[in-house]
Amino acid sequence: MAKGVWIVAEQRDGALRKISFELASTARKLADQLGEEVSAILLGSGIEGLAAQLGKYGVDKVYVGDSPVLDPYITEAHAMAATKIIKENDPAILLLGASVQGKDLAARLAGKLATGLATDCTDVKIADGKLLAIRPMYAGKCFGEIVTSANPQMASLRPNVFPVVENAKTAQVVKFDPAVDAAQIKSKVLEVQKDTSGKVDLTEANVIVSGGRGMKGPEGYQILEQLADTLGGCVGASRAAVDAGWRPQKDQVGQTGKVVSPNLYIACGISGAIQHLAGMSSSKYIVAINKDAEAPIFAKADYGVVDDLFKVVPELTAACKKLLA
Amino acid sequence: MNIIACVKQVPDTEAQIKVKADGSGIEEGQIKWVMNPYDEYGVEEALRLKEKNGGDVTIVSLGPARAMETIRTALAMGADKGVHICDPALNNADAYVTAAALAAVIKGVPYDIIFCGQRAIDDDSGQVGAILAEMLGIPQLTIITKVEYAGSTIKVIKPIEGAQLLIETSLPCVVTAQKGLNEPRYASLPGIMKAKKKPVDVKTAAALGIAVEAKAKVAKTIPPPARAAGKIICGEDPGQKAVEVARLLREEAKVI
Repeated sequence: MAKGVWIVAEQRDGALRKISFELASTARKLADQLGEEVSAILLGSGIEGLAAQLGKYGVDKVYVGDSPVLDPYITEAHAMAATKIIKENDPAILLLGASVQGKDLAARLAGKLATGLATDCTDVKIADGKLLAIRPMYAGKCFGEIVTSANPQMASLRPNVFPVVENAKTAQVVKFDPAVDAAQIKSKVLEVQKDTSGKVDLTEANVIVSGGRGMKGPEGYQILEQLADTLGGCVGASRAAVDAGWRPQKDQVGQTGKVVSPNLYIACGISGAIQHLAGMSSSKYIVAINKDAEAPIFAKADYGVVDDLFKVVPELTAACKKLLA
Repeated sequence: MNIIACVKQVPDTEAQIKVKADGSGIEEGQIKWVMNPYDEYGVEEALRLKEKNGGDVTIVSLGPARAMETIRTALAMGADKGVHICDPALNNADAYVTAAALAAVIKGVPYDIIFCGQRAIDDDSGQVGAILAEMLGIPQLTIITKVEYAGSTIKVIKPIEGAQLLIETSLPCVVTAQKGLNEPRYASLPGIMKAKKKPVDVKTAAALGIAVEAKAKVAKTIPPPARAAGKIICGEDPGQKAVEVARLLREEAKVI
């Protein structure tokens, strides 16, 4: 019988990513309700030393597949290695991160394991001994409660939503042979071009300062950059701003851009078209600054300022600097 | 080159989504249906590959009768023929069943490259391309912003958190399209006229020999959690209002 809550931990460049701790903490919670163990799959090259860190967040056992063919991440190789260890152990629940890599691997695994997968979940619980996964659909315009009829019941978890909870355990480390034949792998990473701005990705940011049509042009974003820098955050943009060429595509928040859930989202000069609201409504706190008191964004905002953003934002930067000093 | 582009008909991004009172799905009455925007990038890339290298483009779509409009749109953009998987038994198809249906069609035709959107903006699952690739036993390149074709291989650009990757793979493969890949063309009037005469095969689940039982079921559809009414910061002076916002963020929300 399928048993145990499993996660696929995510590491890059020899460091575990925060989503791995979110996965471990969430898996621990589910496993405690079921009275079962938490196991993690950790894949890469020269990464065995990372396994112990997972114990700190409640993982009982870490299956380490360590091989040069698993670095850098390539779907085919990771899917093969993970499938081998999953089939040998028959877990009931399998969680991955809804990061770029996690989403790519989770879908391939769902295919290999012929099971159901709930993508980008914002909540998971146990109901009647089964996984109940809650996820936004239509970019958050509604939510679905998903049940999976096969095992493992798979879900990918939206980064930044699930709390990281320490739960000191000493994880047992089990090395396994990933049994990946390099000759079978058809894809290859030729080059990694790192973003040297030093900024985290929007999907991982704690604070996002976003600008829309009201920024009037690319120059306007300078004041948003200053506020974001002050708060240790990133700058986002509405579709209107991206389509106008003011900001790069990777900055777009909304239904055809990124869906984000920072602790703080500051919307400047964004009216709040429904496709934008869909991308940021799961932010913990929302501030809206807009001249138009009727703008739909104010219906979503915890704090609203009806005023000229070009006057308010620099003052807000100054006020935050003072508080943080 | 034999190029396949998979498309899905979805509610327009401006559509208001209303959940049915019994939680069994969404109200479809007022919805304007369009081609999934990410699939449009896939169709456009397929057409560009064809224009450069010769060959033909086949559109494959699973959906109810109305999905034929979306297939015709892709044909009007310049695709050559279509396959419409249309069967009420597939109305609740999840990603796995959808991929199985697409795979059953695609296994029967020659293909070098298959384009899908990186996700459909209705269920937001983002799985079909990868499961399809697995079922066909070929590589997947997901969320791609650039494709460079070089005979038996392609090179693509894939943005990830904080970097972008240059990946090479051999054909055939599945590429899932991300915004930024290209600017999709509009269908021209002559294109729309021609599309009416292009062949579209209609297939049922039985004809494809696939199981229709979803692996992941939407047990219930629920409205999004309501946000409590916010505060509008009053006052005349922008500076004072800014100071008040900063104070609230610090003392009440505790996020700075």
